[in-house]
Amino acid sequence: MPGPRGIRGGAKAKNAKATILRLIKYLFKYYKVYLTIVAICILFSAFSGTVSSLFLNKIVLLISEGLDKGYDAIYADLLGVIMTMIGLYVIGIASSFIYTRLMAIITQGFLNKMRQNMFGGMQSLPIKYFDTHTHGDIMSYYTNDIDTLRQLISQSIPQLFTSALTILALVCYMLYLSVWMTLLVFVGVVAMALVTKKVGGNSAKYFVKQQKSIGVVEGYIEEMMNGQKVVKVFCHEEESKKDFDKINEQLYSDAQKANKYANILMPIMGNIGHIMYVLIAFIGGLLILLNVPNISFSGQVISVAIVVPFLNMTRQFTMSISQVSQQINSVVMAMAGTERIFELMDEEPEPDNGYVTLVNAKIDENGNITETNERTGVWAWKHPHSDGTLTYTKLAGDVRLFDVDFGYVPDKIVLHNIDIYAEPGQKIAFVGATGAGKTTITNLINRFYDIADGKIRYDGININKIKKADLRRSLGIVLQDVNLFTGTVMENIRYGRLDATDEECIAAAKLANAHSFIKMLPEGYNTVLSGDGSGLSQGQRQLISIARAAVADPPVMILDEATSSIDTRTEAIVQKGMDRLMQGRTVFVIAHRLSTVQNSDVIMVLDHGRIIERGSHQKLIAEKGVYYQLYTGAFEME
Amino acid sequence: MIKTLMGCIREYKKPSILTPIYVSVEVIVECIIPFFIAKLINHIEDGSETRLVLLYGAALIGLAFISLFFGALAGSTCATASSGFAKNIRHDLFYKVQEFSFANIDRFSTSSLVTRLTTDVTNVQMAYMMVIRIAVRAPFMMIFSAIMAFAMCPQLSTVYIIILPFLAFALFFIVKKAMPLFNSVFKKYDKLNNSIQENVKGMRVVKSFVREEYEKQKFGKAADDVCADFTKAEKIVALNMPIMQLAMYIAMVVVSFLGARLIISTGGSVMGVGDLSSLFTYGMQILSSLMMLSMIFVMISISDASMRRICEVLKEESTIKNPENPVMEVTDGSIDFNGVSFKYHENAEKNALEDIELHIKSGETIGVLGGTGSSKSTLIQLISRLYDTSVGSVYVGGINVKDYDIEVLRDAVSVVLQKNVLFSGTIKENLRWGDKDASDEELVRVCKLAQADEFINSFPDKYDTFIEQGGTNVSGGQKQRLCIARALLKKPKILILDDSTSAVDTKTDALIRSAFASEIPDTTKIIIAQRISSVQDADRIIIMNDGKIDAIGTHEELLAGNDIYREVYYSQNRAGEE
Repeated sequence: MPGPRGIRGGAKAKNAKATILRLIKYLFKYYKVYLTIVAICILFSAFSGTVSSLFLNKIVLLISEGLDKGYDAIYADLLGVIMTMIGLYVIGIASSFIYTRLMAIITQGFLNKMRQNMFGGMQSLPIKYFDTHTHGDIMSYYTNDIDTLRQLISQSIPQLFTSALTILALVCYMLYLSVWMTLLVFVGVVAMALVTKKVGGNSAKYFVKQQKSIGVVEGYIEEMMNGQKVVKVFCHEEESKKDFDKINEQLYSDAQKANKYANILMPIMGNIGHIMYVLIAFIGGLLILLNVPNISFSGQVISVAIVVPFLNMTRQFTMSISQVSQQINSVVMAMAGTERIFELMDEEPEPDNGYVTLVNAKIDENGNITETNERTGVWAWKHPHSDGTLTYTKLAGDVRLFDVDFGYVPDKIVLHNIDIYAEPGQKIAFVGATGAGKTTITNLINRFYDIADGKIRYDGININKIKKADLRRSLGIVLQDVNLFTGTVMENIRYGRLDATDEECIAAAKLANAHSFIKMLPEGYNTVLSGDGSGLSQGQRQLISIARAAVADPPVMILDEATSSIDTRTEAIVQKGMDRLMQGRTVFVIAHRLSTVQNSDVIMVLDHGRIIERGSHQKLIAEKGVYYQLYTGAFEME
Repeated sequence: MIKTLMGCIREYKKPSILTPIYVSVEVIVECIIPFFIAKLINHIEDGSETRLVLLYGAALIGLAFISLFFGALAGSTCATASSGFAKNIRHDLFYKVQEFSFANIDRFSTSSLVTRLTTDVTNVQMAYMMVIRIAVRAPFMMIFSAIMAFAMCPQLSTVYIIILPFLAFALFFIVKKAMPLFNSVFKKYDKLNNSIQENVKGMRVVKSFVREEYEKQKFGKAADDVCADFTKAEKIVALNMPIMQLAMYIAMVVVSFLGARLIISTGGSVMGVGDLSSLFTYGMQILSSLMMLSMIFVMISISDASMRRICEVLKEESTIKNPENPVMEVTDGSIDFNGVSFKYHENAEKNALEDIELHIKSGETIGVLGGTGSSKSTLIQLISRLYDTSVGSVYVGGINVKDYDIEVLRDAVSVVLQKNVLFSGTIKENLRWGDKDASDEELVRVCKLAQADEFINSFPDKYDTFIEQGGTNVSGGQKQRLCIARALLKKPKILILDDSTSAVDTKTDALIRSAFASEIPDTTKIIIAQRISSVQDADRIIIMNDGKIDAIGTHEELLAGNDIYREVYYSQNRAGEE
């Protein structure tokens, strides 16, 4: 998928209003008290930040008075004003101190909660979700989208709130001092709003374009870096340079425009502020000179005592507005990011209506099964019936598919009329070309996907009635692509059964033929694997994954191309481990090399979602059908 | 490091220099404005003539427009300079990587190269924008505001100068405390994201073992840990705002109090009421510039790691260079290894290839067999000089490979790599990597040779079928055959297939080989394979074991005299004889 990241990054939120409301709801759900305190503190902080203008008004009045009557006459009043100022400022600073600290806690705590909600939600999603979304796209929720959310909560929201309160407070003071001058400021504000809309709109437009170009460039870089060795072999360097230059130039042009508009916004806003500042001073001066009657809530006549604080207020006013305008891009991006996060959280979890559970059991000499809490090594299906009775069925590993149809999308059936009868301890092999439906069948047995038609019975029970977790617990799986997790070798083996002792894990490793090489690792079983076990060879990783399945000790195993990416000589070693693992279990094997499936009880040859041949190796060879052709190499397997 | 990066500015030197100049003009004008405003107000206060008031007003609006003009200019040139700078870095990085040898590519992993070309470049671009604009603006603002404030009233301005070092110290303290915390928590954060990625990749395993709850708990613990560390670091940064306010408010209170006394006691002769307001403005500008500076410091230290990573690539010297006076023609397809040893790293303990003596005649077909890690691929990669030998030398057509022009050599020696890729584009476009001037007929010819023509024609768009990135929409066997066709298009003197038919069925595999034998008999062919049947009828078969040649011979000779060959042969044919 070339550059999905960039395209996602630039997209706008489809429903910004609903998103923001939901976000606020979530915020309040977790941090009601903190947020209330923050709101109050911001109120105080904004108030103390703006109230200085009123004091300036008082001080200038006092100075004019002092110039007439002398310093001593106003000293007491001046001290009083100063003291009040100090008092308010102390409150303001204390409020800032509290709310910025709380915001740090809220931001990080909330992100943590969101992250865990996302992760938790993701664990419950069906495999289908992971099959239909790229890893890069899913990761992007946790990196890019969370990042925009952090920006929004830690910066944009408090900033917008502060600015709004500041503006509100300033309007009150302004009206208190002079209505005429306030109107003048409003004219300026309208001008600023218009400019923000024009320039900001252009900026946003090019930002979206820039995001798209980034996506293209990143996609190209990724592809080329991955194929760099092929580029070298074909001496294709000059061509790829040329192609790169083209898209790089496009990115430059978009980035230049996007940044230009964003950069210009600040000086424009700042200088409209300046011009307003000048106009206030100038028109204020004129009003004084012409002795225009003032309209105000304070009842003061227009004087320097009003013009001076108005200058200060204008400055704060324009600063607040330009701060709001600077948050626009991040708010737009955060809305899109947050919406995507919610989308992930809203994904439908894997439904599970199963009620048959797997329990530890004891079987007495009469064959009666009783439930027990201790680990007996014997398991039973606990089956509650609608009439209130309970029955227990021993877990044996008998899996049968009757006339099963399936399609990943409803109108495109990929498996037709599949019948499989696997008795406990039998080995069933699937053979056929890529896309014939081998893996799909195993996906149905562990209910990664649900069948469209037909029946699947596990120990005689309809698998739809079995709780998915218990069903999967009874099935072991070893896949071609081994996934190991960061942690020690021991932890990776124990992944199969969390309460397994060290001895049990080592025994499983021995069974899987993995013990000898694990002992050779620098720290033995405590060697830490990272990056999906990158320090180990493919064969060694596969052995660990076999040990992992062995420690789980399930009655049914699915081996999906478990030895395909291993060379013939290493395979011999892995195969021994596999053979031991398979003993006494019902096993479904999908294999690339036919030599590994020859000793199966039944071999199913699949073609285009249908079983076209079935039988033992000898029988199929004797029939000289498709299996025979595959075996002699006349058909392509991949 | 800085010098290396500066080399990427090039044609954007002009906007890079103009930006700080425009910014400084803007700042100077911005600093003059409050001074004139003070004068204007003082005149109003005095009740002097309207003419003077008008004059000052007009001058002020003029100044605001000048400031606006230069501010906008600076914004525009800054955008050009920084985007251009980023473009050039990307360009240089990409070009550099194109020149990398295999050894260079191995040294940096693919994903790290992608990060360096994307995220790191963006970080540096941001830092550059900061440096040429804000890093100039902040100190200028501080200095000019201080000058203007002193010009207005030295007594009161001293207050700012006294507060300044305290504030600087406090801000420095915050940065110093917070930076190491952030550095360590970012590492943890990366790990957390890696564990998510691991989980997403291994979701089938998670679900199969029913480990959803376990994973949630594991993740929850790690996420809580990251959250706690982040909160700790953010709390320190949160001190910035109250500290700034404290400094600003102290300044305002002191200046108001002392200012009032000063004005009254001197009867308004030293300074007027108008000056008071402007002094506040200057004070604010001085103190907030300091804050800007600390922010820039943080930005630059964040981008420091990015800069280092970019420079590593830019400074990396390609280990393989074209010789002076290169040989421009490969005469035939003979290959000679004379006492060749090779190791991937200079300080690797073990040689990947040890003492190889091998002579291949032009037109021979050679099979290579051996387990994983036996250095089969390494052996053939020396022929087209994808790596250079550590000891000894390799000759192609009787001339040392180091004496050839690299492009000439690689056109003559066509390798189909084991890890091969197709690129997004049509089949035609992909094939023409081999020869960009090839005619359509030529394409069909090589595809027939590689047994690819048939399946290509089964696609609705035939040769114009679009291949997705990584070739995900063709099967493994089809991909391999396309790769072979692509290599054939070069009309090479030597053709090397590195396990390139592993996903192709044995019948088609045999057809490909017989097509080679009849259509390109003069080309030397080296075939690495896992399947005995792929190499069995070669003129000679090389058995590789642990970096050494274990044996060379025909199928019959080896079957009679080589244990490894026999073992592999029987393991693959045992079944067939039943």
